[in-house]
Amino acid sequence: MVTSVTSFSRTGLSDWLVQRVTSLVLLSYFLFIAYQLLGSVDYTSWRALFDQTWMKVFTLMASLSLAAHAWIGLWSVFTDYLTERMLGPKGNAIRLLCQLGASLSLVGYVIWIIVIVWS
Amino acid sequence: MLQVSLYRYNPETDDAPFMQDFSVETDGKDLMVLDVLELIKAEHDGSVTYRRSCREGVCGSDGLNMNGKNGLACITPLSETVKGDKLVIRPLPGLPVIRDLVVDMSLFYAQYEKVQPYLQNPTPAPAIERLQTPEERAQLDGLYECILCACCSTSCPSFWWNPDRFVGPAGLLQAYRFLADSRDTATEDRLSKLDDPFSVFRCHGIQNCVNVCPKGLNPTKAIGHIRTMLLNRAT
Repeated sequence: MVTSVTSFSRTGLSDWLVQRVTSLVLLSYFLFIAYQLLGSVDYTSWRALFDQTWMKVFTLMASLSLAAHAWIGLWSVFTDYLTERMLGPKGNAIRLLCQLGASLSLVGYVIWIIVIVWS
Repeated sequence: MLQVSLYRYNPETDDAPFMQDFSVETDGKDLMVLDVLELIKAEHDGSVTYRRSCREGVCGSDGLNMNGKNGLACITPLSETVKGDKLVIRPLPGLPVIRDLVVDMSLFYAQYEKVQPYLQNPTPAPAIERLQTPEERAQLDGLYECILCACCSTSCPSFWWNPDRFVGPAGLLQAYRFLADSRDTATEDRLSKLDDPFSVFRCHGIQNCVNVCPKGLNPTKAIGHIRTMLLNRAT
């Protein structure tokens, strides 16, 4: 078995499952947003929509799903291309730096969304 | 006249690999690519190096990249691979080149070894043989026929980037061949060794392996079955 401490859930199966479940949450969220945008949207109606608790929860679910989904995807990309095999001795350091940057960005985005939607 | 561009590299004399062009007279015949290589070796340059053995798609020695697609040179006719009159022959991608078209398959075999490709059953063997029903035997069809030519694994980008951690389509096809075998009792042990982020789950299902398998096998489907078994085991 190959181990990895930086993957989302440490096991391949959980990562795979999380990525699929989160994709369904994201799909339903963006379809819903697209449906809303197709109707007549103005500031008042948009504000009224996001003032409802269920919409705030839905948005929070979508943003957490986005963060988990993006992390698993980016982790795959980083461990494909940013490795010692591909980049030489500095490969692992570069990958860890990029993983750090990506994870901090994702946490930042989630906090930002929470601040916007729940404040 | 067929224009053949051949990947050449001799680490003892060449600083870097290069492509060498040959004009080969095929007399209008629809030769196999291996025949063309034999003609080049016999009539143009005896130092051209490649593996071959059975010349009929059974041994899996002459897996090559022909006009961008992996396959067995001995059963790939020119009419199938040549566009115009140009044929570009390279070694299987992703593995270290030993010389010309010969690659070092150690990484490929290491992954094959990792899946323990042999029957495991500690119960006392019966006097004659372990029996299977025709239905149980049918589960192995489409799995046991693999000849380990490496065409699939070396066409898989996930195997190119992580040949030391991703088992690859050939190894996973064999892993499922023993997971699906009614006589094998090591299912739990086999699955537990595969449930990490690399061994199985680096497969993103792009099906390059299915596209190139000279035996018409479907490693992606086998990998899907392994995923389902892992999911059933964990839920």
